[in-house]
Amino acid sequence: MNKNHWKLYEVFVRSKNGLAHKHAGSLHAADADMAIKNARDVYTRRSEGISIWVVPSDQITASSPDEKEALFAPSDDKVYRHPTFYDIPDDVEHM
Amino acid sequence: MGTNISIEEKFQAYVDAENKVEPKDWMPEKYRKTLVRQISQHAHSEVIGMQPEANWITRAPSLRAKLILLAKVQDEAGHGLYLYSAAETLGTSRDQMIADLQSGKAKYSSIFNYPTPSWADMGTIGWLVDGAAIQNQVMLTRTSYGPYARAMVKICKEESFHQRQGYEIIMKLAQGTPEQKKMAQESLNRWWWPSLMMFGPSDDNSPNSEQSMRWKIKRKSNDTLRQEFVNKTVPQAHYLGLTIPDSDLKWNEKRGSYDFGEINWDEFYNVIQGNGPCNKERIAHHVKAHEEGAWVREAALAYAEKEDKRRQNTTPAA
Repeated sequence: MNKNHWKLYEVFVRSKNGLAHKHAGSLHAADADMAIKNARDVYTRRSEGISIWVVPSDQITASSPDEKEALFAPSDDKVYRHPTFYDIPDDVEHM
Repeated sequence: MGTNISIEEKFQAYVDAENKVEPKDWMPEKYRKTLVRQISQHAHSEVIGMQPEANWITRAPSLRAKLILLAKVQDEAGHGLYLYSAAETLGTSRDQMIADLQSGKAKYSSIFNYPTPSWADMGTIGWLVDGAAIQNQVMLTRTSYGPYARAMVKICKEESFHQRQGYEIIMKLAQGTPEQKKMAQESLNRWWWPSLMMFGPSDDNSPNSEQSMRWKIKRKSNDTLRQEFVNKTVPQAHYLGLTIPDSDLKWNEKRGSYDFGEINWDEFYNVIQGNGPCNKERIAHHVKAHEEGAWVREAALAYAEKEDKRRQNTTPAA
């Protein structure tokens, strides 16, 4: 790898306590500390966040688009996992 | 100005203002400990709770019933996972939590120490046990610790399926042959009181509750939750034509609630202390499954290490 190359980081921002960090975007930085500072400047300029996570992009393992069908199709025919699959009479409340 | 407020008081004011606490925030040591105890106990309950239901997977009365039961037990494993992960954000390792469960140091819900001798129990567990769990868990979606609250939101979404599939089973039996109706009634007789015990000791015997309420870990007392559960569930039993096994149960117009009989607290404490019908069996099974799975965990690690080395050897020098 080129020594002068800044790594790509993915940035996750928590907008307020109680909510999960959400992917906001990415940026380049020389190290993680700088990535936090840059993320602060780029992604929270308008008070969008109270906490930031940065993760080197090459540390993220993603599922392959080619395997989408094999991974996710099996749950399509399991309608019984949904509450609406069951007929509960309207007279029965709180269910 | 010069008002000196302690860090504990600041924390309390923060929680009082309905703010959520996140893993990296400062928190009192006792708040952390209480959460680890409660969340891990909750996780253990999900995992041990798979056993009474798994008992019927191979004997479900139809393929449809079997698929549903498998899906439900699979969900319970997932709930255990969400909760262990939430507890791990507090700095306790999963290995430690599992060790505490197996040694008996950590508890789980006493309800799962009762046996499931009949198919009707699959209905009753979904209807009553998951119903009682929902009552508690809906409250916990608003708990003050962020990761716990978020896990609860996911769990509550899935519980609705659990309760409805249970009610469907019990409804089919209650509206079936006299023998089937009898099965449903007997199951209700066995599970009613243990379900009420799920909410824990009465308020005057629940020493940790007050502090938990102050920290907004809990938002309703045990007795309040229990009463809400009774009020919701009694009409559901009436609809089925089943009788709640409590001769003191009656509608109290003045309170706008059902009065109900005294819980057998001796039984409750006895089961918690390890003397319920299935306590030993449940832990022994957990230990056995854990030990029998050890080679899978080791093999996966060995494979990962090997893959890692292989990648290092094949990566061209930069």
